Amino acid sequence: MQIPYEVTARPDTGVNNAKLGIWLFLASEVMLFGGLFAAYVFLRIGADAWPGMMVYGTEMMAERADEILNVPLATLNTMILIASSVTMVMSWAALKMDRFDRYKLYMGLTILLALGFLVVKAFEYGDKFDHHWYASTNNFLGIYFVLTGLHAIHVTGGIVLNAYFWGPGTKLWKRGTPRDKAHFTNRIEVAGLYWHFVDLVWIFLFPMIYLI
Amino acid sequence: MDLPLPDDLFDLADKRVTMAEEMTLEDVREHVKVYLWVFASLAILTVVTVLVSYLSISFTPALLIALAIATLKATLVALYFMHLVSERQVILWVLLVSGIFLIAMFALFIGAYADQEAIAALIKFLPTGHVA
Repeated sequence: MQIPYEVTARPDTGVNNAKLGIWLFLASEVMLFGGLFAAYVFLRIGADAWPGMMVYGTEMMAERADEILNVPLATLNTMILIASSVTMVMSWAALKMDRFDRYKLYMGLTILLALGFLVVKAFEYGDKFDHHWYASTNNFLGIYFVLTGLHAIHVTGGIVLNAYFWGPGTKLWKRGTPRDKAHFTNRIEVAGLYWHFVDLVWIFLFPMIYLI
Repeated sequence: MDLPLPDDLFDLADKRVTMAEEMTLEDVREHVKVYLWVFASLAILTVVTVLVSYLSISFTPALLIALAIATLKATLVALYFMHLVSERQVILWVLLVSGIFLIAMFALFIGAYADQEAIAALIKFLPTGHVA
């Protein structure tokens, strides 16, 4: 059995197969992150104090998340991710306008911004490790590392995917036929949907973990 | 071989053409302007979220405000960057179903938590020596 690889909309679903496929995948991702968000809520409503006791040489009681997390760095990362979502959608729009040079620019910026996000995240994690704060320290840090770590894995996956479409994957566009260009544009749209979802998850993660 | 799908799915495909499939150059330019407005709105809303968190307000209103702003930002991303504003019904149905399952999952967690209290209260009134 073979699923036809076409970018035209199917008459029954009204969308092309790749788009329906990525949305079904994103629906499963909603449940993956949703389960962890539910775990976060469950841990939090059951906690006597949040973030709670931190083991740091002498024990320290943290009453607010911003006592142990770096809010300015996380805000910077939020801005970086939002900006990368814009450059991603602009790269797709550039292809729709048949501007391959602009596509390369915007997709390159998307990748750089995503790398920037991971660098900031690495500094943030490094600071926690310097303080000997690990996932095993308490429930707050446990769910913090799981949620932000899973998100960072998704960011890494997005970088790999987008780097392929910035480099070797462009061969498809360079063949130059309208069909190949339409297929390449479709791939970027689908990759974009994944990337925007990664941004969307962070939009909820940021206030829940860092600010509340 | 083409995949067979139920006839009912034909009803989900309306006659509109999705934005991503058929757009003129002018349409794309118009959408680029919208993307930039959405970007500005998201940046402003992020700053507002951070500023509100520094106000001394109690937990529940702070949570509600933060979630309201996050939902607004997520809606902007989904509608404009992910093109849901012009997407076909079949995609909206996929999202609706996953949303229902998400709410059901949260309800299970909260239900389990509420049950713990109910069970604890029940045990308190059980005769001494009763083994649950």
